Amino acid sequence: MGISFFTPLSWNDSGFILTGVLNTIYISVLAIVVGTILGLIVGFLRAEANRFVNSLMGSVLDILRSVPLIIQLILFSTYIGAMGHPLNPFVSGSIVLSLYTMAFMGEVFRGGFESVQKPMIVTARSLGMSYWQALRYIRLPIGLRAVFPSWLGVALSVIKDSALVSVIGYMELLRTSEQLISRTQQPLEILIGVGIFYFIISYPLSLYGKYMERKMAI
Amino acid sequence: MIQIQDVHKSFGDLEVLKGVDLDVDKGEVVSIIGGSGSGKSTLLYCINAIEDIQQGRIVVDEIDVHAKATNQNKLRQKLGMVFQQWNSFPHLTVLENTSLAPQIVLKKSKKEAIELAKYELNHVGLGDKFDVYPTRMSGGQQQRLAIARALAMRPDYMLFDEVTSALDPELVGEVLDTLRMLRDDGMTMICVTHEIGFAREVSDKVAFFHQGIIEEMGPPEHVISNPQKETTQKFLSKVLH
Repeated sequence: MGISFFTPLSWNDSGFILTGVLNTIYISVLAIVVGTILGLIVGFLRAEANRFVNSLMGSVLDILRSVPLIIQLILFSTYIGAMGHPLNPFVSGSIVLSLYTMAFMGEVFRGGFESVQKPMIVTARSLGMSYWQALRYIRLPIGLRAVFPSWLGVALSVIKDSALVSVIGYMELLRTSEQLISRTQQPLEILIGVGIFYFIISYPLSLYGKYMERKMAI
Repeated sequence: MIQIQDVHKSFGDLEVLKGVDLDVDKGEVVSIIGGSGSGKSTLLYCINAIEDIQQGRIVVDEIDVHAKATNQNKLRQKLGMVFQQWNSFPHLTVLENTSLAPQIVLKKSKKEAIELAKYELNHVGLGDKFDVYPTRMSGGQQQRLAIARALAMRPDYMLFDEVTSALDPELVGEVLDTLRMLRDDGMTMICVTHEIGFAREVSDKVAFFHQGIIEEMGPPEHVISNPQKETTQKFLSKVLH
Protein backbone atom coordinates (compact mmCIF):
# COMPACT_ATOMS: atom_id res chain seq x y z
CA MET A 1 0.00 0.00 0.00
CA GLY A 2 1.50 3.30 -1.15
CA ILE A 3 1.69 6.44 0.85
CA SER A 4 -0.62 9.20 -0.41
CA PHE A 5 0.47 12.83 -0.32
CA PHE A 6 -3.09 13.85 -0.77
CA THR A 7 -5.77 13.94 1.90
CA PRO A 8 -9.36 13.84 0.67
CA LEU A 9 -11.87 16.59 1.24
CA SER A 10 -13.51 16.31 4.65
CA TRP A 11 -15.85 18.19 6.94
CA ASN A 12 -12.77 19.61 8.66
CA ASP A 13 -12.31 21.79 5.58
CA SER A 14 -15.66 23.55 5.98
CA GLY A 15 -14.22 26.24 8.24
CA PHE A 16 -11.58 27.02 5.61
CA ILE A 17 -14.17 27.17 2.83
CA LEU A 18 -16.40 29.36 4.95
CA THR A 19 -13.52 31.80 5.40
CA GLY A 20 -13.23 31.94 1.63
CA VAL A 21 -16.97 32.53 1.23
CA LEU A 22 -16.99 35.28 3.84
CA ASN A 23 -13.92 36.95 2.35
CA THR A 24 -15.54 36.95 -1.10
CA ILE A 25 -18.69 38.52 0.34
CA TYR A 26 -16.61 40.97 2.34
CA ILE A 27 -14.53 42.32 -0.54
CA SER A 28 -17.48 42.30 -3.00
CA VAL A 29 -19.79 44.23 -0.71
CA LEU A 30 -17.03 46.70 0.07
CA ALA A 31 -16.25 47.25 -3.62
CA ILE A 32 -19.94 47.59 -4.53
CA VAL A 33 -20.61 50.10 -1.75
CA VAL A 34 -17.50 52.20 -2.32
CA GLY A 35 -17.80 51.88 -6.11
CA THR A 36 -21.44 52.95 -5.99
CA ILE A 37 -20.74 56.01 -3.87
CA LEU A 38 -17.75 57.09 -5.97
CA GLY A 39 -19.63 56.18 -9.15
CA LEU A 40 -22.53 58.42 -8.12
CA ILE A 41 -20.15 61.34 -7.67
CA VAL A 42 -18.30 60.63 -10.91
CA GLY A 43 -21.55 60.12 -12.83
CA PHE A 44 -22.98 63.37 -11.50
CA LEU A 45 -19.83 65.32 -12.33
CA ARG A 46 -19.78 63.88 -15.83
CA ALA A 47 -23.41 64.77 -16.41
CA GLU A 48 -22.81 68.34 -15.20
CA ALA A 49 -19.24 69.15 -16.21
CA ASN A 50 -18.17 70.95 -19.36
CA ARG A 51 -16.70 69.10 -22.29
CA PHE A 52 -13.05 69.54 -21.29
CA VAL A 53 -13.38 68.21 -17.73
CA ASN A 54 -15.62 65.52 -19.10
CA SER A 55 -13.18 64.17 -21.63
CA LEU A 56 -10.43 64.26 -19.02
CA MET A 57 -12.49 62.17 -16.60
CA GLY A 58 -13.69 60.04 -19.47
CA SER A 59 -10.19 58.96 -20.46
CA VAL A 60 -9.24 57.96 -16.92
CA LEU A 61 -12.44 55.94 -16.65
CA ASP A 62 -11.81 54.41 -20.06
CA ILE A 63 -8.44 53.11 -18.88
CA LEU A 64 -9.99 51.61 -15.76
CA ARG A 65 -12.69 49.97 -17.82
CA SER A 66 -10.52 48.73 -20.67
CA VAL A 67 -7.45 47.27 -18.94
CA PRO A 68 -8.24 43.76 -17.67
CA LEU A 69 -8.85 43.73 -13.94
CA ILE A 70 -6.26 41.00 -13.40
CA ILE A 71 -3.55 43.24 -14.88
CA GLN A 72 -4.66 46.21 -12.79
CA LEU A 73 -4.47 44.09 -9.66
CA ILE A 74 -1.00 42.78 -10.35
CA LEU A 75 0.36 46.14 -11.50
CA PHE A 76 -1.05 47.98 -8.51
CA SER A 77 0.09 45.58 -5.83
CA THR A 78 3.58 45.10 -7.29
CA TYR A 79 4.05 48.80 -7.93
CA ILE A 80 2.96 49.80 -4.44
CA GLY A 81 5.20 47.07 -3.03
CA ALA A 82 8.14 48.24 -5.11
CA MET A 83 7.59 51.79 -3.89
CA GLY A 84 8.25 50.49 -0.41
CA HIS A 85 4.67 50.56 0.84
CA PRO A 86 3.58 46.96 0.63
CA LEU A 87 -0.13 46.64 1.33
CA ASN A 88 -1.77 43.44 2.37
CA PRO A 89 -3.70 41.72 -0.42
CA PHE A 90 -7.06 42.68 1.02
CA VAL A 91 -6.25 46.38 1.00
CA SER A 92 -4.76 46.50 -2.50
CA GLY A 93 -7.51 44.22 -3.78
CA SER A 94 -10.23 46.44 -2.27
CA ILE A 95 -8.72 49.59 -3.72
CA VAL A 96 -8.40 48.22 -7.24
CA LEU A 97 -11.75 46.45 -7.25
CA SER A 98 -13.51 49.55 -5.86
CA LEU A 99 -11.99 51.85 -8.50
CA TYR A 100 -12.80 49.34 -11.21
CA THR A 101 -16.40 49.21 -9.96
CA MET A 102 -16.49 53.01 -9.76
CA ALA A 103 -15.55 53.27 -13.45
CA PHE A 104 -18.53 51.15 -14.49
CA MET A 105 -20.95 52.63 -11.96
CA GLY A 106 -19.92 56.14 -13.04
CA GLU A 107 -21.16 55.48 -16.56
CA VAL A 108 -24.34 53.86 -15.27
CA PHE A 109 -25.17 56.84 -13.08
CA ARG A 110 -24.22 59.37 -15.72
CA GLY A 111 -26.82 57.76 -17.94
CA GLY A 112 -29.29 58.01 -15.07
CA PHE A 113 -28.70 61.71 -14.48
CA GLU A 114 -28.91 62.43 -18.18
CA SER A 115 -32.12 60.47 -18.57
CA VAL A 116 -33.99 63.10 -16.55
CA GLN A 117 -35.01 65.69 -19.13
CA LYS A 118 -34.34 69.37 -18.56
CA PRO A 119 -38.04 70.40 -18.57
CA MET A 120 -38.63 68.10 -15.61
CA ILE A 121 -35.95 69.96 -13.66
CA VAL A 122 -37.21 73.37 -14.81
CA THR A 123 -40.65 72.36 -13.54
CA ALA A 124 -39.20 71.48 -10.15
CA ARG A 125 -37.31 74.77 -10.03
CA SER A 126 -40.45 76.67 -11.03
CA LEU A 127 -42.07 75.35 -7.84
CA GLY A 128 -39.38 77.18 -5.87
CA MET A 129 -37.03 74.24 -5.32
CA SER A 130 -33.34 75.07 -5.16
CA TYR A 131 -30.86 73.35 -7.47
CA TRP A 132 -29.99 70.86 -4.73
CA GLN A 133 -33.59 70.19 -3.77
CA ALA A 134 -34.46 69.46 -7.38
CA LEU A 135 -31.46 67.12 -7.50
CA ARG A 136 -32.32 65.35 -4.28
CA TYR A 137 -36.08 64.98 -4.72
CA ILE A 138 -36.57 64.80 -8.48
CA ARG A 139 -33.47 64.09 -10.49
CA LEU A 140 -31.82 61.52 -8.26
CA PRO A 141 -34.85 59.31 -7.58
CA ILE A 142 -36.02 59.35 -11.19
CA GLY A 143 -32.51 58.75 -12.54
CA LEU A 144 -31.75 55.95 -10.08
CA ARG A 145 -34.93 54.11 -10.98
CA ALA A 146 -34.06 54.30 -14.63
CA VAL A 147 -30.64 52.72 -14.17
CA PHE A 148 -31.37 50.25 -11.40
CA PRO A 149 -31.20 47.18 -13.70
CA SER A 150 -27.79 48.28 -15.02
CA TRP A 151 -26.58 48.94 -11.50
CA LEU A 152 -27.60 45.44 -10.54
CA GLY A 153 -25.75 43.98 -13.53
CA VAL A 154 -22.53 45.74 -12.52
CA ALA A 155 -22.93 44.66 -8.89
CA LEU A 156 -23.39 41.02 -9.89
CA SER A 157 -20.35 41.04 -12.13
CA VAL A 158 -18.28 42.57 -9.32
CA ILE A 159 -19.04 39.54 -7.15
CA LYS A 160 -17.71 37.27 -9.88
CA ASP A 161 -14.77 39.56 -10.72
CA SER A 162 -13.73 39.47 -7.07
CA ALA A 163 -12.37 35.98 -7.81
CA LEU A 164 -9.50 37.68 -9.62
CA VAL A 165 -8.24 39.22 -6.39
CA SER A 166 -6.92 35.73 -5.64
CA VAL A 167 -3.97 36.43 -7.96
CA ILE A 168 -2.47 38.86 -5.47
CA GLY A 169 -2.94 36.44 -2.61
CA TYR A 170 -6.26 37.40 -1.02
CA MET A 171 -7.80 34.32 0.54
CA GLU A 172 -11.21 34.51 -1.06
CA LEU A 173 -13.41 31.71 -2.30
CA LEU A 174 -11.48 30.85 -5.46
CA ARG A 175 -8.10 30.85 -3.74
CA THR A 176 -9.28 28.65 -0.88
CA SER A 177 -10.63 26.23 -3.42
CA GLU A 178 -7.36 26.23 -5.38
CA GLN A 179 -5.50 25.33 -2.21
CA LEU A 180 -7.97 22.59 -1.44
CA ILE A 181 -7.64 21.24 -4.95
CA SER A 182 -3.87 21.02 -4.70
CA ARG A 183 -4.21 19.15 -1.45
CA THR A 184 -7.07 16.83 -2.32
CA GLN A 185 -6.76 16.47 -6.09
CA GLN A 186 -10.56 16.60 -6.30
CA PRO A 187 -11.02 19.55 -8.69
CA LEU A 188 -14.40 18.47 -10.01
CA GLU A 189 -16.21 18.32 -6.67
CA ILE A 190 -14.52 21.43 -5.38
CA LEU A 191 -15.11 23.61 -8.42
CA ILE A 192 -18.74 22.55 -8.61
CA GLY A 193 -19.03 23.42 -4.93
CA VAL A 194 -17.39 26.79 -5.49
CA GLY A 195 -19.72 27.51 -8.39
CA ILE A 196 -22.67 26.75 -6.16
CA PHE A 197 -21.31 29.10 -3.52
CA TYR A 198 -20.96 31.97 -6.02
CA PHE A 199 -24.52 31.30 -7.08
CA ILE A 200 -25.72 31.35 -3.48
CA ILE A 201 -23.95 34.67 -2.92
CA SER A 202 -25.27 36.29 -6.10
CA TYR A 203 -28.79 34.91 -6.22
CA PRO A 204 -30.22 36.92 -3.30
CA LEU A 205 -29.03 40.06 -5.03
CA SER A 206 -30.83 39.04 -8.24
CA LEU A 207 -33.96 38.31 -6.24
CA TYR A 208 -33.68 41.66 -4.50
CA GLY A 209 -33.34 43.25 -7.94
CA LYS A 210 -36.48 41.57 -9.22
CA TYR A 211 -38.32 42.62 -6.10
CA MET A 212 -37.19 46.24 -6.44
CA GLU A 213 -38.03 46.38 -10.13
CA ARG A 214 -41.51 45.14 -9.41
CA LYS A 215 -41.87 47.64 -6.61
CA MET A 216 -40.71 50.51 -8.81
CA ALA A 217 -42.75 49.52 -11.85
CA ILE A 218 -45.39 52.20 -11.93
CA MET B 1 -48.37 93.67 -9.88
CA ILE B 2 -46.04 92.56 -12.65
CA GLN B 3 -44.26 95.31 -14.58
CA ILE B 4 -42.37 94.45 -17.73
CA GLN B 5 -40.31 97.33 -19.05
CA ASP B 6 -38.43 97.40 -22.33
CA VAL B 7 -37.32 93.78 -22.06
CA HIS B 8 -34.79 92.51 -24.57
CA LYS B 9 -33.78 88.88 -24.70
CA SER B 10 -31.40 87.10 -27.06
CA PHE B 11 -30.32 83.54 -27.56
CA GLY B 12 -26.85 84.02 -29.00
CA ASP B 13 -27.26 86.23 -32.05
CA LEU B 14 -30.97 85.71 -32.24
CA GLU B 15 -32.94 88.49 -30.56
CA VAL B 16 -36.23 86.98 -29.47
CA LEU B 17 -37.68 89.85 -27.44
CA LYS B 18 -37.03 93.32 -28.83
CA GLY B 19 -38.35 95.67 -26.22
CA VAL B 20 -41.51 94.40 -24.55
CA ASP B 21 -43.61 96.53 -22.18
CA LEU B 22 -46.52 95.04 -20.30
CA ASP B 23 -48.24 95.66 -16.96
CA VAL B 24 -50.32 93.03 -15.25
CA ASP B 25 -52.44 94.19 -12.33
CA LYS B 26 -53.58 92.05 -9.44
CA GLY B 27 -56.64 90.06 -10.45
CA GLU B 28 -56.15 90.64 -14.14
CA VAL B 29 -56.17 87.93 -16.78
CA VAL B 30 -53.83 88.66 -19.67
CA SER B 31 -53.63 86.45 -22.74
CA ILE B 32 -50.67 86.48 -25.04
CA ILE B 33 -51.30 85.34 -28.60
CA GLY B 34 -49.11 85.26 -31.67
CA GLY B 35 -47.35 82.97 -34.12
CA SER B 36 -44.73 80.45 -33.08
CA GLY B 37 -41.31 82.00 -32.58
CA SER B 38 -42.81 85.37 -31.76
CA GLY B 39 -41.27 85.27 -28.28
CA LYS B 40 -44.40 84.83 -26.22
CA SER B 41 -43.27 81.75 -24.28
CA THR B 42 -39.83 83.25 -23.78
CA LEU B 43 -41.42 86.19 -21.99
CA LEU B 44 -43.02 83.85 -19.45
CA TYR B 45 -39.67 82.15 -18.85
CA CYS B 46 -38.12 85.56 -18.23
CA ILE B 47 -40.83 86.54 -15.74
CA ASN B 48 -40.09 83.37 -13.80
CA ALA B 49 -36.32 83.97 -13.94
CA ILE B 50 -35.83 80.70 -15.79
CA GLU B 51 -34.23 82.84 -18.50
CA ASP B 52 -31.97 85.87 -18.17
CA ILE B 53 -32.65 89.12 -19.95
CA GLN B 54 -30.17 91.38 -21.70
CA GLN B 55 -31.86 94.73 -21.24
CA GLY B 56 -34.83 96.29 -19.46
CA ARG B 57 -36.39 94.97 -16.29
CA ILE B 58 -39.17 92.86 -14.91
CA VAL B 59 -40.57 93.77 -11.51
CA VAL B 60 -42.88 91.49 -9.56
CA ASP B 61 -44.39 93.12 -6.46
CA GLU B 62 -41.48 95.54 -6.15
CA ILE B 63 -38.92 92.74 -6.63
CA ASP B 64 -36.60 93.16 -9.59
CA VAL B 65 -36.58 89.61 -11.02
CA HIS B 66 -33.13 89.71 -12.56
CA ALA B 67 -31.31 91.79 -9.95
CA LYS B 68 -28.28 90.04 -8.45
CA ALA B 69 -29.60 90.45 -4.93
CA THR B 70 -32.90 88.75 -5.72
CA ASN B 71 -33.47 85.30 -4.28
CA GLN B 72 -34.98 83.65 -7.34
CA ASN B 73 -36.06 80.50 -5.51
CA LYS B 74 -38.06 82.70 -3.17
CA LEU B 75 -39.42 84.77 -6.03
CA ARG B 76 -40.67 81.67 -7.85
CA GLN B 77 -42.87 80.87 -4.86
CA LYS B 78 -44.99 83.86 -5.90
CA LEU B 79 -45.19 82.71 -9.49
CA GLY B 80 -46.87 79.41 -10.26
CA MET B 81 -46.09 78.10 -13.69
CA VAL B 82 -47.65 75.42 -15.86
CA PHE B 83 -45.96 74.27 -19.04
CA GLN B 84 -47.03 72.83 -22.34
CA GLN B 85 -45.72 69.48 -21.12
CA TRP B 86 -47.14 68.63 -17.70
CA ASN B 87 -43.91 67.00 -16.43
CA SER B 88 -45.56 64.99 -13.68
CA PHE B 89 -43.00 63.55 -11.29
CA PRO B 90 -43.33 59.89 -12.27
CA HIS B 91 -41.94 58.43 -9.05
CA LEU B 92 -44.50 60.17 -6.84
CA THR B 93 -48.23 59.66 -6.43
CA VAL B 94 -50.64 62.44 -7.34
CA LEU B 95 -50.83 63.51 -3.71
CA GLU B 96 -47.05 63.40 -3.29
CA ASN B 97 -46.56 65.35 -6.53
CA THR B 98 -48.68 68.11 -5.07
CA SER B 99 -47.50 68.08 -1.45
CA LEU B 100 -43.74 67.83 -2.08
CA ALA B 101 -42.93 71.47 -2.79
CA PRO B 102 -45.01 72.88 0.09
CA GLN B 103 -43.10 70.56 2.40
CA ILE B 104 -39.55 71.14 1.25
CA VAL B 105 -39.83 74.70 -0.05
CA LEU B 106 -42.41 76.28 2.28
CA LYS B 107 -41.34 74.01 5.17
CA LYS B 108 -44.90 73.06 5.97
CA SER B 109 -45.48 70.02 8.15
CA LYS B 110 -46.37 66.86 6.26
CA LYS B 111 -49.91 67.00 7.59
CA GLU B 112 -50.39 70.61 6.54
CA ALA B 113 -48.87 69.99 3.12
CA ILE B 114 -51.18 67.05 2.53
CA GLU B 115 -54.22 69.07 3.58
CA LEU B 116 -53.18 71.78 1.16
CA ALA B 117 -52.57 69.29 -1.63
CA LYS B 118 -55.90 67.56 -1.09
CA TYR B 119 -57.69 70.88 -1.20
CA GLU B 120 -56.11 71.88 -4.51
CA LEU B 121 -56.57 68.43 -6.05
CA ASN B 122 -60.26 68.47 -5.12
CA HIS B 123 -60.45 71.92 -6.62
CA VAL B 124 -59.21 70.75 -10.03
CA GLY B 125 -61.36 67.62 -9.89
CA LEU B 126 -58.73 65.03 -9.01
CA GLY B 127 -60.17 64.22 -5.59
CA ASP B 128 -60.41 60.52 -6.45
CA LYS B 129 -56.81 60.17 -7.67
CA PHE B 130 -54.70 60.86 -4.57
CA ASP B 131 -52.83 57.56 -4.55
CA VAL B 132 -52.60 57.04 -8.29
CA TYR B 133 -49.29 57.41 -10.11
CA PRO B 134 -49.59 60.15 -12.73
CA THR B 135 -48.31 57.96 -15.58
CA ARG B 136 -51.59 56.09 -15.30
CA MET B 137 -53.61 59.23 -16.03
CA SER B 138 -54.64 61.01 -19.22
CA GLY B 139 -52.86 64.13 -20.44
CA GLY B 140 -55.77 66.29 -19.34
CA GLN B 141 -55.68 64.84 -15.86
CA GLN B 142 -51.92 65.26 -15.66
CA GLN B 143 -52.21 68.86 -16.78
CA ARG B 144 -54.80 69.51 -14.09
CA LEU B 145 -52.40 67.86 -11.64
CA ALA B 146 -49.70 70.28 -12.80
CA ILE B 147 -52.07 73.17 -12.09
CA ALA B 148 -52.91 71.84 -8.62
CA ARG B 149 -49.21 71.28 -7.94
CA ALA B 150 -48.48 74.90 -8.77
CA LEU B 151 -51.48 76.17 -6.79
CA ALA B 152 -50.43 74.25 -3.68
CA MET B 153 -47.54 76.70 -3.38
CA ARG B 154 -50.17 79.42 -2.92
CA PRO B 155 -48.70 81.66 -5.64
CA ASP B 156 -49.86 85.22 -6.22
CA TYR B 157 -49.65 84.83 -9.98
CA MET B 158 -50.07 81.98 -12.41
CA LEU B 159 -48.20 81.72 -15.69
CA PHE B 160 -49.60 79.33 -18.29
CA ASP B 161 -47.44 78.41 -21.25
CA GLU B 162 -49.62 76.89 -23.99
CA VAL B 163 -51.03 74.44 -21.50
CA THR B 164 -53.46 72.85 -23.96
CA SER B 165 -51.16 72.59 -26.98
CA ALA B 166 -49.90 69.08 -26.23
CA LEU B 167 -53.33 67.70 -25.39
CA ASP B 168 -55.62 65.57 -27.51
CA PRO B 169 -58.48 67.78 -28.69
CA GLU B 170 -61.08 66.05 -26.55
CA LEU B 171 -59.06 66.79 -23.40
CA VAL B 172 -58.62 70.52 -24.00
CA GLY B 173 -62.02 71.38 -22.53
CA GLU B 174 -61.38 70.07 -19.03
CA VAL B 175 -58.15 72.06 -18.73
CA LEU B 176 -59.73 75.26 -20.04
CA ASP B 177 -62.57 74.76 -17.54
CA THR B 178 -59.98 74.63 -14.78
CA LEU B 179 -58.50 77.91 -15.99
CA ARG B 180 -61.95 79.51 -16.10
CA MET B 181 -62.48 78.42 -12.53
CA LEU B 182 -59.21 80.05 -11.50
CA ARG B 183 -60.24 83.27 -13.16
CA ASP B 184 -63.50 83.17 -11.23
CA ASP B 185 -61.45 82.70 -8.04
CA GLY B 186 -59.77 86.00 -8.85
CA MET B 187 -56.33 84.58 -9.69
CA THR B 188 -53.98 86.85 -11.59
CA MET B 189 -52.98 85.00 -14.72
CA ILE B 190 -50.85 85.36 -17.81
CA CYS B 191 -51.82 82.82 -20.45
CA VAL B 192 -49.78 82.20 -23.55
CA THR B 193 -52.32 80.45 -25.71
CA HIS B 194 -53.41 79.37 -29.16
CA GLU B 195 -57.01 79.09 -28.01
CA ILE B 196 -58.23 82.36 -29.47
CA GLY B 197 -61.86 81.76 -28.47
CA PHE B 198 -60.78 81.10 -24.92
CA ALA B 199 -58.61 84.20 -24.87
CA ARG B 200 -61.50 86.33 -26.07
CA GLU B 201 -63.80 84.90 -23.44
CA VAL B 202 -61.64 85.10 -20.30
CA SER B 203 -59.13 87.89 -20.81
CA ASP B 204 -59.17 91.42 -19.48
CA LYS B 205 -56.36 92.19 -21.85
CA VAL B 206 -54.95 90.51 -24.94
CA ALA B 207 -51.43 91.11 -26.25
CA PHE B 208 -50.59 90.12 -29.79
CA PHE B 209 -46.90 89.25 -30.18
CA HIS B 210 -45.18 89.58 -33.51
CA GLN B 211 -41.44 89.20 -34.11
CA GLY B 212 -40.42 89.96 -30.55
CA ILE B 213 -42.61 92.96 -29.81
CA ILE B 214 -46.18 93.52 -28.72
CA GLU B 215 -47.81 94.60 -31.95
CA GLU B 216 -51.22 95.28 -30.52
CA MET B 217 -52.66 95.20 -27.03
CA GLY B 218 -56.01 95.94 -25.43
CA PRO B 219 -59.31 94.40 -24.40
CA PRO B 220 -60.26 91.29 -26.40
CA GLU B 221 -63.15 93.03 -28.09
CA HIS B 222 -60.58 95.28 -29.73
CA VAL B 223 -57.59 93.07 -30.38
CA ILE B 224 -59.43 89.91 -31.33
CA SER B 225 -62.81 91.11 -32.59
CA ASN B 226 -61.67 94.31 -34.20
CA PRO B 227 -57.90 94.36 -34.73
CA GLN B 228 -56.36 97.56 -36.09
CA LYS B 229 -52.96 96.33 -37.30
CA GLU B 230 -52.57 94.37 -40.47
CA THR B 231 -50.27 91.76 -38.90
CA THR B 232 -52.89 91.06 -36.24
CA GLN B 233 -55.62 90.73 -38.83
CA LYS B 234 -53.49 88.36 -40.88
CA PHE B 235 -52.64 86.20 -37.88
CA LEU B 236 -56.24 86.01 -36.72
CA SER B 237 -57.59 85.20 -40.15
CA LYS B 238 -55.14 82.31 -40.28
CA VAL B 239 -56.06 80.84 -36.90
CA LEU B 240 -59.76 81.63 -36.84
CA HIS B 241 -60.99 80.78 -40.36
